[in-house]
Amino acid sequence: MKKSSSFIKSLAVGLATFLVLVVFAYGFTVTNINFAETRSERRMASLTRILRALAHPKIFDYNFETVNVEVPFYLGCPEGGVEPPKVDRSGAFILVSAGCAEPKETIVIEGYNFQENSAGPINFIGFSADAPDGVPIQMGSFQADAQGNFRVEATIPNRQIKEDPQAIRAIGRVRVGAPMISQEAKVTWDKIVETVFMALLATTFGTLLAVPISFFAARNLMVEVKSPLSSIALSLIGWALGMGLGVEISRLLTHFQTAFFSSFLATLAGAIILPILGSLLARLTLFNQNKEMDLRFKSRLVNVLYSLFAAALILASILFLGKLLLQIGAYLTPNKDVPLYFLRKFVSQVGEIFTILAPVVAVLVVGGIVGGFFGQIGQTVSDKTSPASSKVFNLIVAPLAGAIAAVLILRGLDWFYQFNNPAVTLYWPAGIGAAIGLALALVVSSKQPLPVGFIIYGIFRTILNGTRSIEALVMAIVFVAWVGLGPFAGALALALHTVASNAKLYSEQVESILSGPLEAIQATGANRLQTIVFAVVPQIIPPYISYTMYRWDINVRMSTIIGFVGGGGIGFILQQNINLLNYRAASVNMLAIAIVVASMDYISSVLREKYV
Amino acid sequence: MLEVKNLSKTYDGGVQALRNVSFNVKQGEFLAVIGLSGSGKSTLLRCINRLIEPTGGQIVWDGQDVTAASQDEMRHIRRKIGMVFQHFNLVSRSKVITNVLAGRLGYVNPMLSALNRFPKSDVAMALDQLDRVGIKNQAYKRADELSGGQQQRVGIARAMMQQPAMILADEPVASLDPVLAHSIMQYLEKINKEDGVTVLCSLHFLDLVHRYADRAIALNAGELKFDGSPADINDEKFREIYGKDAERVG
Repeated sequence: MKKSSSFIKSLAVGLATFLVLVVFAYGFTVTNINFAETRSERRMASLTRILRALAHPKIFDYNFETVNVEVPFYLGCPEGGVEPPKVDRSGAFILVSAGCAEPKETIVIEGYNFQENSAGPINFIGFSADAPDGVPIQMGSFQADAQGNFRVEATIPNRQIKEDPQAIRAIGRVRVGAPMISQEAKVTWDKIVETVFMALLATTFGTLLAVPISFFAARNLMVEVKSPLSSIALSLIGWALGMGLGVEISRLLTHFQTAFFSSFLATLAGAIILPILGSLLARLTLFNQNKEMDLRFKSRLVNVLYSLFAAALILASILFLGKLLLQIGAYLTPNKDVPLYFLRKFVSQVGEIFTILAPVVAVLVVGGIVGGFFGQIGQTVSDKTSPASSKVFNLIVAPLAGAIAAVLILRGLDWFYQFNNPAVTLYWPAGIGAAIGLALALVVSSKQPLPVGFIIYGIFRTILNGTRSIEALVMAIVFVAWVGLGPFAGALALALHTVASNAKLYSEQVESILSGPLEAIQATGANRLQTIVFAVVPQIIPPYISYTMYRWDINVRMSTIIGFVGGGGIGFILQQNINLLNYRAASVNMLAIAIVVASMDYISSVLREKYV
Repeated sequence: MLEVKNLSKTYDGGVQALRNVSFNVKQGEFLAVIGLSGSGKSTLLRCINRLIEPTGGQIVWDGQDVTAASQDEMRHIRRKIGMVFQHFNLVSRSKVITNVLAGRLGYVNPMLSALNRFPKSDVAMALDQLDRVGIKNQAYKRADELSGGQQQRVGIARAMMQQPAMILADEPVASLDPVLAHSIMQYLEKINKEDGVTVLCSLHFLDLVHRYADRAIALNAGELKFDGSPADINDEKFREIYGKDAERVG
């Protein structure tokens, strides 16, 4: 009994081993493993050449003193041979073992009176009607001894036999003066600086976006967010209205600014007065320390109106500040040659960012204020009315919300697919959305809290996972199309990838926080924002710093190759050098990458130890 | 006056943590909640401020139906109910004073507090509360630099910042040694006697119950098994609460 089971066991092991062998055999075929190729002399020679070039990064360069010595030479011996050429022995000279030779024949070349230790190539110079100055073909190279003499064997190249004399030329080079930084090293320095800053900007802006997103992608925070249908539906309607209102407000403000306040002084006055007004208003209302929590509808409505007004003021401030910076920037940079041009230009770039940001902020903030307020109304309806009347309420608002949401989604898709058909972008989605809303309102019991947070979490997770699965290298191709070749495209691609990857990593950290402090802060009567600020944020700061530095590290490495697709940085010239077979320059690039990546690794580990 | 009527809680997995629990607590009373681990003590306390949503029954506090309150109203109610936890539940990387100030979150302006700005009067009050529990000099240390006993005192100071009418203490001394346990219980007693704050405190050790509680209720597998003076817990009652094979210690 025992014997047979051990026999079966060894049979199974044998079979498994055989299977593993089969798998690997197939793998060898698929990956084209070819050992004969690795031994071939030609391949070995090119490998040696590349490795030796890579081992000699061209960091330093020298000035050379060059001596050219040439003797006439016949390719293909004419009948009767040729006279050995007369040689001037006053300076450096070379002697050739024969004045003529057949192609592929080996001859001996001796050189005398060269500068000591000079070295260089020995070329065959082919003259023809097309190339009266001669085409050099390298036959070999020499290295003179301390007396300035050498003796080498070289093979005549396989060229067509000519009657006219050709030549053999030895070029002796000797280094003069101190070594200096090579042109390749200078370019590498420029590009590696570009690379590091690309990674810095991508990490910074990517992180700024990833942090807020990560909260929406954290399961433990989101599953608790539940609202009755009335609240969700009204909130959706409120968001749509608010976002529309936000667009209108920012359009109005921009119009207002360009129409009445386009002069520098007016812009300056606006950029000073508006923030003061906005912060005063905010201090009186939103940030008023003496105001008690007030749950009455009227005071909430007043609060919302104040918030909208304050938001408009703050938006106007951003806009005016942006325009002001643009004007100052334009004044500061009359031309490119002014000192500290990059700093001056940055002023207008910041202004540009502000003016781009203003409408985005407007849409989000106003949408949030109105959506939140409507959501509260819906919550109150669900809390304070009878099940029957809130059912009726749901039957009205849910179809409306469904229709609005569906139309907005189709509007977005329309941009991609260009339906250009109101049936597809308006009537159908409105009908289907309303039907879904109606069905939900009918099916769901009117006061049942629905897991809206979980749905938002799911949407965010899906988008993040989708975005993350596309490598920055691939994204760079799209961005190159948008903003052109160069580091800007690379930085944008890296930033987008940073948002996706870090938001996911961050959200996992949020999910792993201790729930005790969360519970304790909730028990004090804190609202959701306060709970996040007081219980979640302190717990996630160390892992967030750690992951941000890790991403910065990854981004430096990524930015070294993002140039391969035109994304700027050192990858751009690395690829160029490899394609031009300029391996010594490529070696400088790789060396720079290695140094930067290794020092990044060291710096981030030191910082992590210190602050985490 | 806190009235708990037929309170039930069934968790999603089907575990019945509370079955029809009813009792009243008078304002200013010190009520001990006893029972084995897993008998529903923590669930009961968390149902009262709805950190856990009860699945049945009603809780009325000061004439207000807690179980029917909306989310916003609930936050209003929670402000007046302080809570102290077995594992202190401090935010360990924040300063002690920040942890204590967190007790004011229900009162202060949410926007300003999110920027970590509190009124001067609240900061002064936080220092007073820390002084009261004897660790004012530790106010600007990080919470995790403090010892266990000190951390629980921070927890009490945080609860007191709410100017509570009631404190829910969930095994506040279970992670502390006996000497520290008494000192923490004395703080709770002081708050109860001097400030007239109602205290609901779940406890493991009967000697602590006898020493500090006016009244005790006992839970076994989610059911109320005893409601009366701690002195009335005789051997028979004890076995009913803790099971047949239990022996009295301490």
